[in-house]
Amino acid sequence: MKPEEAMRPDSQPAQDASGPGGAAPPGRRRTAGRGPIRRLFHSLSERTIVSLIYLCGISAIVFVFSIFYFIFREGAPFLRDGFDFQKFFFSINWMPTSEVERSYGILALIFGTGAVTLLAMVVAVPFGLGTAVFIAEFCGRRTREALKILIELLAAIPSVAWGFIGMVVMGPLIVRVTGADVGANALNAGIIVGLMSVPIIVSIAEDAIRAVPDDYRAAAEALGATRWQVVYKVIFPAAKSGLLAAVLLGVGRAVGETMAVLMATGNAVNIPADGRFPFFHALDSVSTLTATIASELGEAPRIGALPDGSYPPAAHHYQSLFVIGIALFVITFAVNLTADLVVKGIRKQR
Amino acid sequence: MNADAKIQIRNLAVRYGRKESLKGISLDVPANSIFAIIGPANSGKSTLLKCINRTIELTPGARVEGQVLIDGQDTAGIRDVYGLRRRIGMVFPLPVGLPLSVYDNVAYAPRMAGGCSRADLDIIVERCLRQAALWDEVKDRLKSLGTMLSGGQQQRLTIARALSHDPEILCLDEFSIAIDPVTTMRIEDVLLELRKNMTILLVTNLVQQARRLGDATCFLNKGELVQVDRTEVIFSERPGNQVTHDYVHGVFG
Repeated sequence: MKPEEAMRPDSQPAQDASGPGGAAPPGRRRTAGRGPIRRLFHSLSERTIVSLIYLCGISAIVFVFSIFYFIFREGAPFLRDGFDFQKFFFSINWMPTSEVERSYGILALIFGTGAVTLLAMVVAVPFGLGTAVFIAEFCGRRTREALKILIELLAAIPSVAWGFIGMVVMGPLIVRVTGADVGANALNAGIIVGLMSVPIIVSIAEDAIRAVPDDYRAAAEALGATRWQVVYKVIFPAAKSGLLAAVLLGVGRAVGETMAVLMATGNAVNIPADGRFPFFHALDSVSTLTATIASELGEAPRIGALPDGSYPPAAHHYQSLFVIGIALFVITFAVNLTADLVVKGIRKQR
Repeated sequence: MNADAKIQIRNLAVRYGRKESLKGISLDVPANSIFAIIGPANSGKSTLLKCINRTIELTPGARVEGQVLIDGQDTAGIRDVYGLRRRIGMVFPLPVGLPLSVYDNVAYAPRMAGGCSRADLDIIVERCLRQAALWDEVKDRLKSLGTMLSGGQQQRLTIARALSHDPEILCLDEFSIAIDPVTTMRIEDVLLELRKNMTILLVTNLVQQARRLGDATCFLNKGELVQVDRTEVIFSERPGNQVTHDYVHGVFG
């Protein structure tokens, strides 16, 4: 090879650089060999595009970190003075504007979020997984296409519309059926948020189910398995990582949902559980972490630092809302990380 | 035509959309024998097997005409198709370990059929794994995932699974393409042993395998039955059909 390379005319290496393989078609050879300016332009545009793509890639990281930074910056003064970890997380008194005794305890809010999420998953997991199984395994091609479009439509409904349905339709219905005092309660929000989580669960679970090799189905069917036995004993175990990821993403959706929850929960700081039977009261009004931030941030005054660097007590309301933001951030991060680890762990096991 | 045959196939034609996969074939498979089916790719061998256990019905767009009779009974008239499939063991070209443990893989079919106690299952699992010459290698890890076994072990696992519901008929579809020759020979010995109490249909691309194992051999080409006869005849110098001769002697295909 060496002597052959040496014998080549000068323009030859430049052509090789224009594309892999070396054997470029004649038309291309002419453009690539036209001169140094064109080559410069080529390499410049190449570099520009690569760096643009690079920028898009790292922007996600930059955004996440800057969001975290700004939330943290706003909440930091409260964390620095007057923050009592135990009181913040384990007190049920959320009284940020009280004249007598201000109190920042988010335990009730955490319970509110937990209750709504739990109820939402009770609705969304069977419904979502069932729909996914039906779409992927049981229905015909035309039904499948129609259903998928409908479910995507479901995902496109704005959350305020869901909240409206919760207020106007679900609330009175719950009052009529259960005889509850108010229609806006944890059950209402749970059903609404559950329905909102269904599309995401369906689409991810359906992908997971369809990714199961057809060989598995053929093998199970040849063993005389009925369709349900195939789904239950073969498809579910084979797709379990994807199904789990679908459920966890649904949880993430439910924890983060704000507008519909704000409209449907009744927004009363309250733990919907106590020692009395049945221990969990889905018909109590609750308030969630997200809804509290959304409803109170506009009213909480943003008060600057005093000359000596400390803050007046009234400033802590605004700041504490940001600390709730940090807590939410941590919760959703933990959920997503768990989903990720679960999926990876199961993959490794295979 | 022999009315005592285990499987009787009458004018069986299968169409996938516009493509004709089987063009009206008729043949008899005698009981307790190994019946080899050879032929080039796309000759309808696998389709033929699918018709016998009626999994062809699960293929979208497949249309079936003609009859498949097992013990003289038309399979199309059988209501309990799952029961029918349990009478037939099926082994696929690539080993498909279901994503379950070794034990559960083999216990899958008996469990679904129901009516088995834990002790029964233990016995069935051990018997089937022994029959498939796999017991000694996996007896200490029955609880680990079936998909973790090596390719040859997985293929024997699928054979054990196919035997787990005590089938009268065992269909093997090119079982040896994913496994090494030594394992293949071991499985072939297993098949010769199993022949004593079941009817075996063996689809194979290896004509020598058909020659080694088959009591009778049929040759399919482009969806048509070219010839069916005793294996010695098919592999003799004068099988009576030029295409068969050319195929088994490697002139085409």
